[in-house]
Amino acid sequence: MQLLRHEGVRVIFPKNQGCCGQPAFNSGYREQALPVARALSKCFPKELPIIVPSASCAGMIKHHWQELFAGQEDEQYVLDIASRTYELTEYLVNELRIKLTDLGEPIEIAVHSSCSAQREMKVDQHIKSLISQLDNVNIIEHQRKTECCGFGGTFMVKQADISGAMVKDKTDCLRETGATTVISQDCGCLMNIGGAFEKQMASGEKSMNTQHIAEFLWQRCYKE
Amino acid sequence: MNQTEAFYQRIEKALQNDQVRQNIRSAMNGLMQKRAEQFNDPEELSELREKARSIRHYSLAKQAELLEKLEQKLIENGIQVHWAETAQQANNIISTILKDAGAKTIVKGKSMVSEEIGLNDYLEQQQIEVLESDLGEFIIQLAKEPPSHIVAPAIHKNRQQIAKLFHHFFPELSYSEDVNELTLMARKILREKFEKADAGVSGVNFAVAETGTLCLVENEGNGRLSTTSPDLHIAITGIEKVVEKLSDIPGLLNMLTKSATGQTITTYFNMISRPRQPDEKDGPRAVHLVLLDNGRSRIRFDNDLLETLRCIRCGSCMNHCPVYVHVGGHAYGTTYPGPIGTVLEPQLAGINNIGALTSACSLCGACAEVCPVKIPLPKLINQLRAEAVNEHFSDKPVLGKGSLRKTPEVIAWSIWQKIYSNPFLYKTFSWFATSLNFLTPSKLGKWSKYRTVPKPAKKSLNQLAQENGFDYE
Ligand code: SF4
Repeated sequence: MQLLRHEGVRVIFPKNQGCCGQPAFNSGYREQALPVARALSKCFPKELPIIVPSASCAGMIKHHWQELFAGQEDEQYVLDIASRTYELTEYLVNELRIKLTDLGEPIEIAVHSSCSAQREMKVDQHIKSLISQLDNVNIIEHQRKTECCGFGGTFMVKQADISGAMVKDKTDCLRETGATTVISQDCGCLMNIGGAFEKQMASGEKSMNTQHIAEFLWQRCYKE
Repeated sequence: MNQTEAFYQRIEKALQNDQVRQNIRSAMNGLMQKRAEQFNDPEELSELREKARSIRHYSLAKQAELLEKLEQKLIENGIQVHWAETAQQANNIISTILKDAGAKTIVKGKSMVSEEIGLNDYLEQQQIEVLESDLGEFIIQLAKEPPSHIVAPAIHKNRQQIAKLFHHFFPELSYSEDVNELTLMARKILREKFEKADAGVSGVNFAVAETGTLCLVENEGNGRLSTTSPDLHIAITGIEKVVEKLSDIPGLLNMLTKSATGQTITTYFNMISRPRQPDEKDGPRAVHLVLLDNGRSRIRFDNDLLETLRCIRCGSCMNHCPVYVHVGGHAYGTTYPGPIGTVLEPQLAGINNIGALTSACSLCGACAEVCPVKIPLPKLINQLRAEAVNEHFSDKPVLGKGSLRKTPEVIAWSIWQKIYSNPFLYKTFSWFATSLNFLTPSKLGKWSKYRTVPKPAKKSLNQLAQENGFDYE
């Protein structure tokens, strides 16, 4: 929000916002997901762009709400909301055409593109294009970078062992890059990957910082 | 033990088997890379997928008509047609044909539908000897295991394991871990069997209604031998495999082989249209086709679920599935593993039986991205999850609807719903969650075995937004 405001955007934070309904929707409990999604949809009555800083939530609103609201009275309304929903980096690159100046020290990072960013929202190239504007930041590609980190919302709880094996693979591949920091567009993945690094640290493995792209950009380009 | 518990046990066991996991991972890496090399132009790929999708979609829309046409053409060509509504019926039909012909030994080309109906076991109970002639199938038949992949059934084994297996069963042959030598050994053993077999059984990749042609895709020549060397050939396939015309085949075949193994075309492509004619020197004297329903008509009845039946069994969805890569095909415990199995099996066997499969998916979407006929696999998995917990979710003819509904889960989600759909409650809840964060339970369940529990932020986003002077309305 601070970043957007700094770029001259007037940011409104609708005070009643909650959750997009994704956890229940992806667990089969659509009955329970619908009222939650509806409560959120009511927060955006004005004809303004809606910026979502996490690709999976953006994907839910943009692509799955239509399935959830199919046949409901407010179906049209949520279609309109979907049409003005942007994932943060997508907005920064395509709409704002942001110009960034790197003020930070040289750093090597790895970028984890979430499944929603790659395959649902198709916005994974934007994070790269933002970072490519930063002179001192070097992205190191990791192996199997398109593979899921194992988060998957309630999947992580219901299939904890499979999810655990997946995040172990992901952290191993990220660690191999030798970079110090992992950047992502998705809060869920960051929580998963960051939590796994922290846990593995207890058994003596090297950890990495995890950071959301917005926070990363804010720290590098805006703080005096 | 119920099916769900059994599924979890298989997963646990699979995750502990490092050797198998390593074998699968490296095989899948290879398959993914080969596929990617075939499709290096994204635009072309998207056109090809759309074309393949529309051919399959059209075939399903016109299925009843096309099946009638197919039957008529096959009969004209001299191929006998049998309809089986259930697996049991299909087994009966095949064993009756074999008995009538006095067949005692059969060779089989690879056929997933024969796995689906449990044909081998059934025939062996009737004292008919069955020999798998596809190399992968031959290996797992020796090991007494089911296939772990629909295209590469023995992919979970590496060559050392295969060498040991061969040595155990054929001690007269010298031990070797060389892939070529192993293949030659299998070839030698199989050749002898081919000569003696009374009948051949095969699957079908596409059945062309226009001409009554059965198409069979393979790489080893065993399919050709199984269908031409013995006097009797029985083909079995699902009713959804019918397509309208011969000109539909290139678009599908091309996508099948490129998606499956990264080949532009397989070594063998067989088009079977009739038994041996009086002036011909070889080929079977009788050809039969068994068309199996086994729940497919029920799936086709619904416009959304019908997409499941577009599948051309390329296996690409499992090659790219991170869950499949970690647990392998056997963990699923079904004929069809991976994403397509997760979608198809609960529909065939009922959610009450095997609905738990749908939990083993992070909805990452890698499968749908590569499916050559654009089946929206994650969407279907999620839809089945909804059917599983709500008997009245839709009027779709799904077996075992609502059977996975559990009261504690319903209560948990209902509380969640109350909190998150009411702004005041949500804020109170997040105030509690953030202010009392020292209370965060550090053992939230099994998942905390692999990662630490995230602590709620010290201040909620609402508080931060207000404090930092954002418009808050
Ligand atoms: S669902 Fe698609 S990717 Fe999977 S086997 Fe079938 S055709 Fe291939």
